Amino acid sequence: MGVAGNGRPAQAVPLQLHQGAPRSGALGLLLTKVANWGRKSSLWPMTFGLACCAIEMMAASASRYDLARFGAEVFRASPRQADLMIVSGRVARKMAPVLRQLYDQMPEPKWVIAMGDCASCGGVFSNYTIVQGVDRIVPVDIYVPGCPPRPEALIEAIVKLQEKIARGEPSAAEQARLAAAAVRAGV
Amino acid sequence: MAKSVHPAIPKLEPLVGPVAATQAHGETTIAVPADRIRNAALLLRDDSELDYSQLADLTAVDRLDLDEQPRFLIVYHLLSHRRRERLRLHVPLPDDDPAIASVVAVWPTADWFEREVYDLFGIRFVGHPNLRRIILSDDWEGHPLRKDYPIGIEDVAFTHTVGRIQPQQVDLP
Amino acid sequence: MTLERSTRDDTLILNVGPQHPSTHGVLRIVLELDGETIVRAEPVIGYLHTGFEKEYERRTYLQAVTLTDRMDYLSTLINNLGYALAVEKLFDLEVPPRARVLRVLLAELTRINSHLVWLGTTALELGAMSVFLYCMRERELIMDLNEMISGARMMTSYIRPGGLTMDIPEGFIGKVEEFLRLMPCRIQEYEDLLRDNELWIERNRGIGVLPAETALALGVTGPILRASGVAWDLRKAMPYSGYEEYDFDICVQTDADCYARYRVRVDEMRESLKIIRQALDRLPDGPVVTDDRKVAPPPRHELALSMEALIHHFKLFTEGMKPPAGEVYAAVESPRGELGFYVVSDGSGKPYRIHVRAPSFANLQVLAAIAPGHLVADLIAITASLDPVMGDVDR
Repeated sequence: MGVAGNGRPAQAVPLQLHQGAPRSGALGLLLTKVANWGRKSSLWPMTFGLACCAIEMMAASASRYDLARFGAEVFRASPRQADLMIVSGRVARKMAPVLRQLYDQMPEPKWVIAMGDCASCGGVFSNYTIVQGVDRIVPVDIYVPGCPPRPEALIEAIVKLQEKIARGEPSAAEQARLAAAAVRAGV
Repeated sequence: MAKSVHPAIPKLEPLVGPVAATQAHGETTIAVPADRIRNAALLLRDDSELDYSQLADLTAVDRLDLDEQPRFLIVYHLLSHRRRERLRLHVPLPDDDPAIASVVAVWPTADWFEREVYDLFGIRFVGHPNLRRIILSDDWEGHPLRKDYPIGIEDVAFTHTVGRIQPQQVDLP
Repeated sequence: MTLERSTRDDTLILNVGPQHPSTHGVLRIVLELDGETIVRAEPVIGYLHTGFEKEYERRTYLQAVTLTDRMDYLSTLINNLGYALAVEKLFDLEVPPRARVLRVLLAELTRINSHLVWLGTTALELGAMSVFLYCMRERELIMDLNEMISGARMMTSYIRPGGLTMDIPEGFIGKVEEFLRLMPCRIQEYEDLLRDNELWIERNRGIGVLPAETALALGVTGPILRASGVAWDLRKAMPYSGYEEYDFDICVQTDADCYARYRVRVDEMRESLKIIRQALDRLPDGPVVTDDRKVAPPPRHELALSMEALIHHFKLFTEGMKPPAGEVYAAVESPRGELGFYVVSDGSGKPYRIHVRAPSFANLQVLAAIAPGHLVADLIAITASLDPVMGDVDR
């Protein structure tokens, strides 16, 4: 689980064909490719609006920008049905544990987009209450700059994430897990 | 400035003693001693000539850096719908365990405003029905809007600061 | 988090939020239920606390403008306006007539934008998805206008102490005219979808009734107060920025329920269109920023010719404008009610203290008063009808 280091045990990887390199042979390779294609084409983001960016996130899914063209418009209200968390806005310290809990409730494999400056690095707010980047709480796959980013920027981020999944790269969550395992093994 | 006396002053004075009033930028400010705020509030609300039916805003100012005594100032912004007029009340409070009578019974809207001032300034409102932190989490230490509370600037880790800055971990329960 | 206890032994505590699709933002409501009926509803706020009031204290007066945008992120330009009016009051400064008219125009566009997002999201929460898509379609037109004047869609920081950032670009007026032509029938479209819609009426009529006395006692302002039958609108009652010169009506409803709040907001969009029309018709020529060099920088071309202009420019951008010591309170009618800025100056280039009287903060208090007695499902309609923006509530 890595980044937050909150001492919880790493979750079991549910499907052995996880992202990463294929296990073995041509069949393994093909299966991984098919699984990644499926994941990439059906990203389900969580309805998780925090602040200003949430309005632009709604705009991205609405009439003019129509996120549905890229197969990522099925916003799910429950984290248990979502595999993409779009952190859209500033994260207050009071919100941080809630955000982490929601993230932990999402099933693997899962990805995180830090939308906007506040989620990426705290933005214009550097003070006692704002978490200086959501990557201190959850591992982040894609950062989107902007205050708030235009809907096109969010769409670009989702397309980038789809490319990443299609390439078979491990998600930030998996990378964090691998890194934590390496530390435990004393590598 | 030789302005006409605000109608509230002659009515307040028998009740709370001499009050100081100032006029600036077209706004009237009246200073009321802390121990008389409940009486003053009731009078300002109920007197048919004054009729300040709404408490528009309630906040505080920490005058630590202004070198003024006493340290805290509670600021009430009253609004009379009928007369379309505003009035500001100043109530000075000392640094040492600042406390003031709550006006929730006079203007119910004061409930959250007083909790906010309690939360961010650490000023107690005596007689408030539910005086708990409202904005910050219950286990927060300190009162951020006091002038001696640091704003808490953190260095942010960027690619060009790798190695120089250790990103702080956020404490999760 | 604090654990909440039931007040009776046959009731159930249900936690709603802070992540919930149907609360506007990160609002948490602790419900006490007797079966499906709400016995107690307690809003828990602070999940989007951004520390604005502390943050203002380390910015110059000009830098603080950018923070006002981000508080109530649906009425960005009205936030700018309220703040600018407060600082101008400290300086006892008048802005040029063209800036005054443009401010009104932009404020009303912002009001329409805010009500559009409100209508769209509320309809979405109550199951009418097409209205959401229609509303967002028209919102894009306003975003285009924002982009024309400032380059940004939402956070324009276009209205500043002293006037506007710069004059409106060529073609802006034409775009606004186009918007004015289009909008009345678009508003009619939403009305056709909702006004006599059985489901919409069923979920809003008689729900969340807020009597005028309770509303006044709890400090409610804006459309919610007007839906309770109180004709109070700061644009009429205590006009600012020249609103007294415009002909428009205060939209009032007497039913005091969620449906009345919907009616008030839709009617207000029409009134805003009327105001924009009048603003366009009377838009004078001239500068859009004050010539007080202690507040606004000199025009670019003067810098090459005048040493004094250069000094003013340098001083303004290093130390910032310095209002005389004192305190002011300036309030504007935001889409949610009375938005007040209380600014304390110590005579330096940075505000000593800025407190924001957030309309959503005061309005959200009534949730605890009106939700009990309703079903859980009605909570969604009630919360939505209060239109809280959490950036505004928590600051």
